[in-house]
Amino acid sequence: MLMKNEPTERHTLAVLVDNEPGVLARVIGLFSGRGYNIDSLTVSETEHEKHLSRITIVTTGTPMVIEQIRNQLERLVPVHRVVDLTVHGATIERELAMVKVRGRGDHRVEALRLADAFRARVIDATTESFVFEITGRSDKIDQFVGLMLPLGLVEVSRTGVVAIGRGPEGMQGRAEGSAGLGS
Amino acid sequence: MAKEMNGAEMVVQALMDQGVEVIFGYPGGAVLPIYDAIFQQEKIRHILVRHEQGAVHAAEGYARSTGKVGCVLVTSGPGATNAVTGLTDALMDSIPIVCLTGQVPTHLIGNDAFQECDTVGITRPCTKHNYLVKNVNDLSRVLHEAFYVAANGRPGPVVVDIPKDVQFATGAYAGPKNVQHKTYRPKLKGDIEKIKAAVELLAGAKRPVIYSGGGVINSGREAGHLLRELVALTGFPITSTLMGLGAFPAANPQWLGMLGMHGTYEANMTMHGCDVMLCVGARFDDRITGRLDAFSPGSKRIHIDIDPSSINKNVKVDIGIVGDCGHVLEDIIRLWRSSGAQVDKKALGAWWGQIDKWRARNSLAYRPSNEVIKPQYAIQRLYEATRDRDCYITTEVGQHQMWAAQFFRFEEPNRWMTSGGLGTMGYGLPAAVGVQLAHPKSLVIDIAGEASVLMTMQEMSTAVQYRLPIKIFILNNQYMGMVRQWQELLHGGRYSESYSHALPDFVKLAEAYHAVGIRCEKPGDLDRAIKEMIDVDKPVIFDCVVDQNENCFPMIPGGRAHNEMILGDSAGPEDMHVSDEGKIMV
Ligand SMILES: Cc1ncc(C[n+]2csc(CCOP(=O)(O)OP(=O)(O)O)c2C)c(N)n1
Ligand SMILES: [Mg+2]
Repeated sequence: MLMKNEPTERHTLAVLVDNEPGVLARVIGLFSGRGYNIDSLTVSETEHEKHLSRITIVTTGTPMVIEQIRNQLERLVPVHRVVDLTVHGATIERELAMVKVRGRGDHRVEALRLADAFRARVIDATTESFVFEITGRSDKIDQFVGLMLPLGLVEVSRTGVVAIGRGPEGMQGRAEGSAGLGS
Repeated sequence: MAKEMNGAEMVVQALMDQGVEVIFGYPGGAVLPIYDAIFQQEKIRHILVRHEQGAVHAAEGYARSTGKVGCVLVTSGPGATNAVTGLTDALMDSIPIVCLTGQVPTHLIGNDAFQECDTVGITRPCTKHNYLVKNVNDLSRVLHEAFYVAANGRPGPVVVDIPKDVQFATGAYAGPKNVQHKTYRPKLKGDIEKIKAAVELLAGAKRPVIYSGGGVINSGREAGHLLRELVALTGFPITSTLMGLGAFPAANPQWLGMLGMHGTYEANMTMHGCDVMLCVGARFDDRITGRLDAFSPGSKRIHIDIDPSSINKNVKVDIGIVGDCGHVLEDIIRLWRSSGAQVDKKALGAWWGQIDKWRARNSLAYRPSNEVIKPQYAIQRLYEATRDRDCYITTEVGQHQMWAAQFFRFEEPNRWMTSGGLGTMGYGLPAAVGVQLAHPKSLVIDIAGEASVLMTMQEMSTAVQYRLPIKIFILNNQYMGMVRQWQELLHGGRYSESYSHALPDFVKLAEAYHAVGIRCEKPGDLDRAIKEMIDVDKPVIFDCVVDQNENCFPMIPGGRAHNEMILGDSAGPEDMHVSDEGKIMV
């Protein structure tokens, strides 16, 4: 944006939204329309009775842009709450991936051995293939996928990042100051 | 008790319960049930426009001149797409609009049915919020919620898309009582600690300025009074954006005129040189700031805005206060009084001395003529002829708009309706229709350019049909003047496609619409012709033939700072030089 020389940072935002038609389109449209980055996005209903969904977005930008993103998200009418987990420090981030590897002989043995070292589970197997399930931080998954590449990697399916703050506080308890909404 | 009725009846009932008196619209297949319900009642007046864009602009004019929500009804497909320009305009200028669109029946949605379009998809980025109602039992709640969302917080347009089967279906109607949005609660009161800090910063200022915008007008009458009070209390100079004109009276000696790209020398220099800036309900738009890295280099800034996303968006501020302008101003004044805050009289006196020197440059001066009507002169005469009347001004977009902002003087809010954020040519005529409907006895004038006004000229039919005596005052320079000015400045005087060829004879055009046409070509005839225009109790098109080559000054060209503005009298070719970086600016 405007302060061109400022360094960019990577932030993980947790966004609580009404689970209504079009809400994801609103969020994504905001990012494309205003030229923000999406590095990862996950969404799922988290509280069925209250029709609430939680969206986790990993984005990069200058501090000013990150603040903008948070404010712009908060401006959307069906958005309840936006918490920048990164500024709250202690955050746990996880991703799940399914990794299909095809091979015989040594490659197959090596793949199994590495999977074991990464605590990946075998969730499907044939005489010439495995599907591994691995959970962890994104860089760990990147690393695992990299190792599988020469061993006959066929395809990867990843969930994208989900995140939560450490400690007893829930998202609702993390007062964020400038929120335009809230009671 | 919830009453049973069909969806179309619910629409009409909800509008009545929301206090809607006028709705601007255009019928079509997908809204026929609603038109049928409108036919069978007498409380809500439907105004038939001639193009759906005009319906939204008319509703904007209505809303901006009354402070109420403007209401629009259009059909599916082309009706909805035609409304998009108006919706975007309302979003950019924060105008509360509820726009009802017809939709093909739910079972046909997604089938490329006749006159189907993805209305909620198309309007998602150009509305504050939108809804597709698939169940008649949701309809009344959604309608009331739409009014709530449009009017509360930072106002804006809301679309409610209603499939035709839902209009026919029967369901339970719920009244507007207690209908808010589930969670949307804009914050009105500002953070008191921040307000305290703001008062302290203001009291310590040596070279202060208040910069106010459309937010003060949106906040309501009281905010305008409070702004006056604060200015009187502090003795500070005040300038305003295009959108904010009228919130502070132009006759007041502390008023510096408009700031920004075509603002006065004193307003921009004061912004540039200030040490403390209080921004009230404005958003540091690029028309205001000029080159960002040179914007008001030595100042501490306080920003009041109801929309948190406006704060620290373009310009970093020292104190950002999220809240409604009226509420926050009230707290500032209260704390100022109770803390016994005193301004630095000596420093302020010196600051005013400097400002008076800038004022003495008389930056709005132009070379008068006895031969040809100068556009600035035309606005001045129009102002003089109407200043003692109950008058509302709308505009189109271009040089005439800027001259109107510079030379027409507003003493009250809600009297000035112009397309600021989107800059929509064709806004002024339909907006005038909406204003005149809200204020039947008042004088309503659209200050127009000959090119802009042709974009929505068909709304003259609307004006004539409903006997709305709007005055279309065209500054006819036979050019898209603002485009020509930029071409002169930036493109070596190559006037590519900016000449208004094959113009209609505006007098005959007026007559063709059964309105009155007046033409004036000589400065000496102007006063008499303007009087004639005002005296006719009919719509008038006034063809004011003005100097074709006049440029609008002062001007901060793209990529320049406030203290690098071009003044009219001194403008030579070397002043016109604009850097490559500046050229890419719009
Ligand atoms: C719908 C639309 N199209 C194009 C423009 C770009 N534009 C801005 S001012 C202008 C010329 C306006 O000409 P006119 O109405 O005659 O006003 P003047 O500048 O001559 O006073 C144009 C084309 C615009 N603002 N809106
Ligand atoms: Mg023109």
